[in-house]
Parts: sequence; structure tokens; C-alpha cells
Amino acid sequence: MSLLAQAADGAADTSAALATKLATPKVDWIAISPAVVLIAGALVLIVIASLAKHTRWVRGFSTWFTVGTALTAGAFTFPLWDRVNHARGTSVLVDALHVDGFSVFFTVVAVGAVIMATLVLDGYVLREGLDGPEVFVLMLLSASGGVVMASANDLIVLFLGLEILSISLYVLAGSHLRRAESQEAALKYFVLGGFSSAVFLYGIALTYGATGSTNLTEIASYLAANIVFSNGLLLAGLSLMLVGLGFKVAAVPFHMWTPDVYQGSPSPVTGFMAAAAKAAGFSALLRVMLTGLATQRLDWQPIVWVLSVASMLLGAVLAVVQTDVKRMLAYSSISHAGFILIGLQAANASGLSGALVYLFAYAVVVLGTFAVVTVVGGRGDSSHSLDQYNGLARRSPFLAVALTVFLLAQAGIPATSGFISKFGVIRAAADAHSYAIAIIAMLVSVVGAFFYLRVILRMWAGGDDHDDSSDTVVAQIRMPIATQVTIAIAFALTIAIGIAPQMLIDFADRALLR
Amino acid sequence: MSDYLRSYLTVIFLAGAAFVLVGGTLSLSRLVRPKNPSASKLVAYESGVDPVGTGWSQSQIRYYLYALLFVMFDVEAVFLFPWALRLELFGVFGLIEMGVFVFILLLGLVYAWRKGVLRWV
Repeated sequence: MSLLAQAADGAADTSAALATKLATPKVDWIAISPAVVLIAGALVLIVIASLAKHTRWVRGFSTWFTVGTALTAGAFTFPLWDRVNHARGTSVLVDALHVDGFSVFFTVVAVGAVIMATLVLDGYVLREGLDGPEVFVLMLLSASGGVVMASANDLIVLFLGLEILSISLYVLAGSHLRRAESQEAALKYFVLGGFSSAVFLYGIALTYGATGSTNLTEIASYLAANIVFSNGLLLAGLSLMLVGLGFKVAAVPFHMWTPDVYQGSPSPVTGFMAAAAKAAGFSALLRVMLTGLATQRLDWQPIVWVLSVASMLLGAVLAVVQTDVKRMLAYSSISHAGFILIGLQAANASGLSGALVYLFAYAVVVLGTFAVVTVVGGRGDSSHSLDQYNGLARRSPFLAVALTVFLLAQAGIPATSGFISKFGVIRAAADAHSYAIAIIAMLVSVVGAFFYLRVILRMWAGGDDHDDSSDTVVAQIRMPIATQVTIAIAFALTIAIGIAPQMLIDFADRALLR
Repeated sequence: MSDYLRSYLTVIFLAGAAFVLVGGTLSLSRLVRPKNPSASKLVAYESGVDPVGTGWSQSQIRYYLYALLFVMFDVEAVFLFPWALRLELFGVFGLIEMGVFVFILLLGLVYAWRKGVLRWV
């Protein structure tokens, strides 16, 4: 006790400072264990793989090591979930991180995305003859950035997580070294992403100027205790942060990069991007808006309303005219970002829970979809036009059934996870009495159903026009076991969430920001 | 004028004197020297050869990986020096923290070495 007082005195007195010790923060290792496991796993993997003399076993080893690391990180969320469920969330490392149910939820999503994307990437790396364990390392690092983002309670830490996530993704987007589109996608994503990060950072700076802190808890308590009369600085900071995060989640006016990057990136990476990067972006958006700037709700709700409606409409309408499946899915992901923004716009408990359920269900579905796209894309990862899906049901009934369910889920058909998630956000909008956006969302779902059903129709009824011979022997599509397992997992989860959603809804309901 | 700014007055006077001195001698010599330009005075003399081609030619950039590695370890120094100055203050915690930081950077060096970055090609 007296020692502490002495230390405090000593720190103030510079002449005696040499004799004293700096008060170092206590590190709550259990709370930060998922991120630590992911980073440590990435470092160990890159060293082992680079020291290996014989490179033949490296690919298989990398895959299993990555999956093992992700599973370990996932296992560490169990004691955490137990803890945040019984007590309030804990603030870690001098309030830099806030580990609560919300961050555990997103850790689970990120870890799950790593596992599923890795299993698909394994076959992809073999098929395309890519070398090195770097893709797996980058995926682990990217997920660790997502975990940091989801638990950040300080805008600077949030920015750090955002950069770890994004920089890994820039390189992942260009990881197919022999495809020019992949390089183009990486460059576009890098330039635009760097720009948006800078905008976000400027927003942090202005918010700091307006409130005197970068800590979300302190920003919230400052804004609750003081009425900001000339709030131009705060509004500018708020809107710049919305721009930066809107870019990451691909909301409309900041969506321009999405089609090109989704189309150019290696297909498994696109799936990971659509699942994990979107989830991480939304985790940051939800936390900043609903904790730090909750008192400014009347300022940001109209902005989010416009972003949401624009994303839903533009994404759905532009997806209709696409002839490339990856581009179509990119526009559909923009549209889905609009739906998830409804949950944020509602700014109530059911909105938060609805957005979380939506993100989880969408992550599963989109990872499964891109696993199928990876297989259909064939060697070179280039056959992505709609015509490639003509008669897919005859070439591979398994792929056709899986993709049908994934697309129906994205369209929001009952008995799939998509219905539950759409229902959740629209109910939240109705709870918040914003009926206009709820009606728009329902209408957009109808538009969306068109382009999903078009692909399904081609798969089941589309004949091979060029194939006039009536031979019944159709070349079956072959795929690696790991890819099959991934598709099967995504398929099972999509149906399971659709039929018995209560477990996921409970999980999301208890994943509170507190 | 504050004391702080006044202490810079000497610097301003010295800078002014330097400009006057250099400018004055150069312009004086320009006035008094003979001026007789010719084309042969502009060619490379004894210590050079006539240039061939344009200045925009491709050149080897095999140094760029070294430059990247250099930047990495240069930035490391930025963190190391202030830490080393106050090592006693940070104690064992600081020692371990910096150990972790340097160790991760060393792993990067190991990776670069195994990838053949350090080999001159």
C-alpha cells in the first residue's frame, strides 16, 4: 500500500524516477488469448514453413496447423464466454480493449471464417500451383486484426486492428501471382483501402478534438455529461469515421472497390473477405456508434438510414445486370451490408441482436457460396460467367444442391438462415418505428430473389446449348475432400439455423455491448 | 518579443551575414571576371565520355528488398533507443516486452533469409 504511494510520488519526482519502477498494467491473458493464439500461430507457422528443407509436406502441414490454431483460439472463447456471461465485460490493458459478449461473438465468427476459408484454400493452392504458407499466415493475422477490432475500446486500438486486418487482406487479394486480375484487385483494394483508413484516422483525430479522448467509454461519459453546442468538429469526426467504416463494410457510396476486388481476388479469399472483413467492419461500426457515440444517435441515425437504403437498392439493382457470378455476389454483398445497417439504424437491443444474427448467418452462407464458386471456377480461377452454371446439377448434384440452398438463403427464403436474419433486422426496424426502411427492405428482397433464382434456374434447367449430343455421360466435377467438408458444414449450418434458430438468437441476444 | 525568440536573433544575424558574404563575393567575381563562352567548353573533358542514349533507361532494383529490411531494422532502432535510455524504469516487464518485439523482428529476418532475400542475385 505504502509502496504504491511511494511509486506514485517517485514517478512525479523526476530526480527519483530512476530508482522507481514504472507502474506496468496487469495483463489479463485469458481475455486476450484468442488474438494472442492467432498471432503466435501465424509466427510459428511462417518460421517452421520457411525453415523446412523439404517443401512437399509444407502445404498440408500449413493447412492443418492453421485450422488447429483457429480451433485453439476458438476453444479459448469458451472460458471467456462463461466469464462475460456471468459478469459484465472486462476492460483489459488499461481500458484499451473491452472483452464482452459482443467481442466473443465476433471472435467466433472470425475463427470460423478462418477455418472454412483455409479448408477451401488448401485445395485451391494445390490446383493453382501457388507456393508457400504465406496465404495461411496472412489469413491468421487478418483474423487476429478482426478480433482486436471487435474488442477495441479505444479508437486508436480500433484503427490498429483495422490496419492489421486490411493490410493482410490487401496481400491476400493479390496472392494469386499468375493472375493479372488478382494483382489488379490487390492494387485497387490497397489504394482505396489506404485512402479510407486515412479518412477514418482523420475522423478519430477530429473526435478526439471534440471530446478530449480516444477512449470510447470516456467519449461516451463526456458526451453524456456535456452538451456540445458548436458540434461541427464532432459531427465531422463522426461522419469521417462513418465513411472509413462504410468503406470496409462496402456500404453504398463507398462500395466502388467491391465488384473489382471480389472478382479479382482468389475465390476462397473473396469468401473470407466477405465473411470476416465485413463482420469486423460491422463490429467496429456497431461498437463505435452504439457505445461511444450513442448519445449522438439523432445525428447518425439519418446518415445510416440513407447508407442502408442506398446499399440495399443499388446492390440489388446492379446485381441483376451482372453476367459474372463473382461480381453478382459482390453486389449482393453490398445489398446485404444495407440489410445489416438496418439493425444499426434501429439502434435498439433487437437491432443489435438482429445485426449479429445476420452477420453470423451471412458469413456461413457466403463462405459456402464462394467454396462452390472456387470449384466451378476451375483451373486458373477464371470461369465465373453465368454460363458456367448451366446444367451444373448434372455435372455435380452435390454442388448444385448446396449452391441452391446458399442462394435461397441469401434471397431470404424460409427454412434457411437467410430468412431468420432478414426477419431479425426488419423486426428491429419495426420495433424502432422506422416502417419506411422495413418496407423498402422487404421490396428489395423481392428484387434480390430474381438474380438468385436466375442462377438456380440455370443450374437445374439450363441445358448445354453447345452440347447437342444426347449422351448421358456428363463429365463430373471433382473436388478435394476438404472443400466438400466445408461446403457440407456451411450447408448443414444454413439449414440448421433456418430450422432451429433459437440457439444462434440466444447467443446473439447475450452478446451484448457492456 | 519573447525571450525564446530573442535568443534566435543571433542566428538570424549570422544567417544574414552568411547570405551577404557569399552573395557579395559571387556577384563581385561575376563583375570582374572575363566572359567568353564557346561550345567546346560544355563537352565532357578528360574525366568523362560523351553520353549515349537517353537518361530514362532501366536499371537493376535488386536493392529494394535490402531497403525494405533496412527500414524494418531502422524503425526498430527508433523504439530501442528510448527504451534503452530508461531501462531501469521499465524493469523486467520492459525487458521481456522488448525481447518479444525484437524476437518477432528476428523471425522476420529468418523468413527473409530462408526466402533467399539476403542472397545477391
